[in-house]
Amino acid sequence: MNVTVTDLSKRLEWVAQIEAIRDRQDKQAFAELFRHFAPRVKAFLMKSGSTADFAEECTQDVMATLWRKAHMFDGTKASVSTWIFTIARNRKIDMIRKDRRPEPEDLNWGPETESSAAEIMAIQQDSDELARALSTLPDKQRKLIERAYFGELSHSEIAAETGLPLGTIKSRIRLALDRLRHAMT
Amino acid sequence: MPQIKHHLTDALLMGYSAGTLPEAFDLVVATHISVCDECRAQMHSFDALGGALIEETGTMAIAEGCLEATFAQIARGDKKTEARPIRKRGTFPAPLQDYVGGDLDAVKWRRVGGGVSDALLKTSGQAAVRLLRIPGGVAVPDHGHRGTELTLVLQGAFRDASDRFGVGDVEVADDAMVHKPVAEAGAECICLAATDAPLRFSGLIPRIAQPFLRI
Repeated sequence: MNVTVTDLSKRLEWVAQIEAIRDRQDKQAFAELFRHFAPRVKAFLMKSGSTADFAEECTQDVMATLWRKAHMFDGTKASVSTWIFTIARNRKIDMIRKDRRPEPEDLNWGPETESSAAEIMAIQQDSDELARALSTLPDKQRKLIERAYFGELSHSEIAAETGLPLGTIKSRIRLALDRLRHAMT
Repeated sequence: MPQIKHHLTDALLMGYSAGTLPEAFDLVVATHISVCDECRAQMHSFDALGGALIEETGTMAIAEGCLEATFAQIARGDKKTEARPIRKRGTFPAPLQDYVGGDLDAVKWRRVGGGVSDALLKTSGQAAVRLLRIPGGVAVPDHGHRGTELTLVLQGAFRDASDRFGVGDVEVADDAMVHKPVAEAGAECICLAATDAPLRFSGLIPRIAQPFLRI
């Protein structure tokens, strides 16, 4: 198992790279994200049961989507790896079902999408803690989570009790949602 | 936002985030999250777990030239994806409107007896999802489940042995549960219900009728 925990500065660099793609179609930044994430997306898809060919085709689509949708990335709501995970998951479902996954209604996050560096920092820090906690989880527990995400468990077999610090991310998003609802009324 | 008392389970939210639920369940989850910030926030945290996993699952070599091919794909421009029509929130949240092709007035109801109507929505896979319309005060036939049933209230309210379920509430029932939901007196109760196995009615007559009802 490859347990190399990313450090926080790396996470912030990824955010900056997405912004560089968004703001000035920076190919260098894209190439760096590609080199880091494409092999990981491919591995993830293969562990989820994809053949190598399907996984590579899907990975290419995922990375192209990252370029096209760079303007939709919000560093105050997710880390870059989380965002890439959601793109990969949706792409996989599209290819399997030939139909798009039903998504919740979009929220108009409003003027506060002019995101503050502190908010970006906070969620990147949470993601960092989560990744570290995941890497130190006892093997048996970690296997259960992996099996859920690789599609080896049905929803009735999933044990959602992870022992991971998911609550911090949830509370942070919850607060942001409360602020948003408040601003809307 | 409605006051929501009954939420999705973590197992369902994790399955939704992992992308491993049947489409029928995905639709109920997406529709509930549209009106429930609590579950939306929890979904974000399960997405974050997916992100952490992708970082730590290891790597598989990418073919030489894949980066160039990706740049070429980007240069060719967007793949044609039909844009989803912009939906205004009506009785139905947007993801449900996408499946119905509109709001409540666009539903093609089919009578199933006792004043109850339903409308099956097209999804792939084993699980099925349908809309149910139950007149105030009327009971849905007594039924148990072989699998899991999700029932999301879109209008009105129903009660069963366990509690009251109002707009936005979702009931997650497993196979041990035999329940008899009754619509509250007043407005019609409209629900979105998904099952991953055919329903099992307790009474003899409904069981005979079951193949014809396709529920």
